[in-house]
Amino acid sequence: MDPAYFFQQLVNGLTLGSLFALIAVGYTVVYGIIQLINFAHGEIFMVGAFGALGTWIILGRAEITAWWMLPVMLVGAVGVSVLTALLMERFAYRPLRRAPRLAPLITAIGISVFLQEFVRLFYGPIPNGLQRLVFGDDIPFEFPDAKAAPRFPSIEGVSGGSFVIGGVTLQYAAIFTVVALVLCWIGLYFFVNRTRVGRAMQATAQDPDTARLMGIDVDRIIMVAFAVGAALAAVAGIAHGLQYTNIEFRMGFLAGLKAFTAAVLGGIGNINGAVVGGLVLGLVEVMATAFIPGTFGGSAWKDVWAFALLILVLVFRPQGLLGARVVDRA
Amino acid sequence: MSTTAEQATFDTLEADEVLLEARGVTMRFGGLVAVDGVDLTVRAGEIVGLIGPNGAGKTTFFNCLTGLYKPTSGVVSFAGRPLRPRPRAVVRAGMARTFQNIRLFQNMTALENVMVGRYCRTSAGPLTSIVRGPKFRREEAETRARAQELLEFVGMPDVADTLARNLPYGDQRRLEVARALATDPQLLLLDEPTAGMNPQETRQAEVLIQRIRQTGLAVVVIEHDMRFIFNLCDRVLCLVRGSVLVEGTPEEVQSDPRVIEAYIGTSADEPDETGSTPEDGAPRA
Repeated sequence: MDPAYFFQQLVNGLTLGSLFALIAVGYTVVYGIIQLINFAHGEIFMVGAFGALGTWIILGRAEITAWWMLPVMLVGAVGVSVLTALLMERFAYRPLRRAPRLAPLITAIGISVFLQEFVRLFYGPIPNGLQRLVFGDDIPFEFPDAKAAPRFPSIEGVSGGSFVIGGVTLQYAAIFTVVALVLCWIGLYFFVNRTRVGRAMQATAQDPDTARLMGIDVDRIIMVAFAVGAALAAVAGIAHGLQYTNIEFRMGFLAGLKAFTAAVLGGIGNINGAVVGGLVLGLVEVMATAFIPGTFGGSAWKDVWAFALLILVLVFRPQGLLGARVVDRA
Repeated sequence: MSTTAEQATFDTLEADEVLLEARGVTMRFGGLVAVDGVDLTVRAGEIVGLIGPNGAGKTTFFNCLTGLYKPTSGVVSFAGRPLRPRPRAVVRAGMARTFQNIRLFQNMTALENVMVGRYCRTSAGPLTSIVRGPKFRREEAETRARAQELLEFVGMPDVADTLARNLPYGDQRRLEVARALATDPQLLLLDEPTAGMNPQETRQAEVLIQRIRQTGLAVVVIEHDMRFIFNLCDRVLCLVRGSVLVEGTPEEVQSDPRVIEAYIGTSADEPDETGSTPEDGAPRA
């Protein structure tokens, strides 16, 4: 076997895995605090990508492609995602805090459909009632049609560019994804372990009643958990856009499902587990596609291998690779 | 900001000023009246004991005071102001507690547990933390220093980096006290602080509570160990089936035949046992 080919797949797997990991953290952080699987989290990732696109259209006049547009889009994407997640928590999940577990689950499906349709209608063909509602009758911007998988803004020096080391192609967009994951991971570690609010998050995850008696506002901590997850999902949305050049209003579904798989794989509730689970899932998917010969090989089977891995882990190590830091309360 | 405000309140309190005043606190669970019209007054610097057979409603009463339960009826006021039955309001007002079954944050270190206790007296929000501004860094350093100081105060200076769940039992109890003290309380509620301790550890706990009182705090303590209660307390209440049966000095309560009867039961299965059962608490009622 050609070693360059193997290393190329390794790089591809880590890139895909970084994307999964960035989204998976959102599932795990929220689950760790309130034991809720937020199945609408995939849509937060999608909303982040479209938020970046919208920021570019509005602030970048749909033409600026200089590097500094990237941080501007990042702020826009994170803003839109975090706002969406907070509204979702406040109006959809909080009223169901004490409801049976099935209720928030069904709600999540409802939110998913709502967010997908909202984005589809907002980025719809002109004349568009939603756009008029926001910008008035004389719409100064031209939003592409979400159904036609609009092109993500291409940023000079990041989109499309690449270099080759020893036969392995490294795309700048892939490097962006991996570096983004590493920075987010480090940042999250410091936030959770070395700040007042982070410690309050840990305390709430372990014993909410006692946390309240330390003066911790548990509602606020839950909001912080949703916001942190949404911010990372927005970063993933941009990374996805840069890498695959097109975005689509349905892309949150499968990405969310894969990221959830990654979170369970690593041990849901455990942040490091989500990152490791994401990387492992990405590697397995890419390697299986590249190296399994015959009928079961090829990209058509990649989702089968990803979910087969989930089933195997659930059977033989239900707590996940790193084990969940689930609280053992009486 | 709130720290200085609390400090001001604290400074103006006279030695015998009323700190906690609970009137007619009642807690009903369906048909069961767990706490039935309990009155309790605690003055600054006082140590009050709460005794009574198991199931008498002592812990439920604590839960009512600290806002974990919302009392069915009754009023609680603290330092002259009415207190809403919300844990955050209670801890900010200056009341902290420990638990009968230890409830530490098991997967955090001893120091981190105490640092969480500082939460209600600090204010750095998520954004300040991300920017790591000077305010955040100063507050973080102060929190860390204060937490270490409190670990030293309860006599365990060397365990800062040990996970709470790996600490020996007695240390876990002391850590809970340190965490409660970190909230800068004026009144500390201790729920069976010596449960499961050997006589030597019990003696250490007694010394610790005395030292806490010397720093100006009032203490309400639930205990089954009668010798412990009578050594320590200025005043004792005996709770039976949700109501206060007797209130008085330790001597008065100890010699009250009704207290003995409540503990032993009228059938007199164990005729030679009186109120003093120092080893493992009271006979199980």
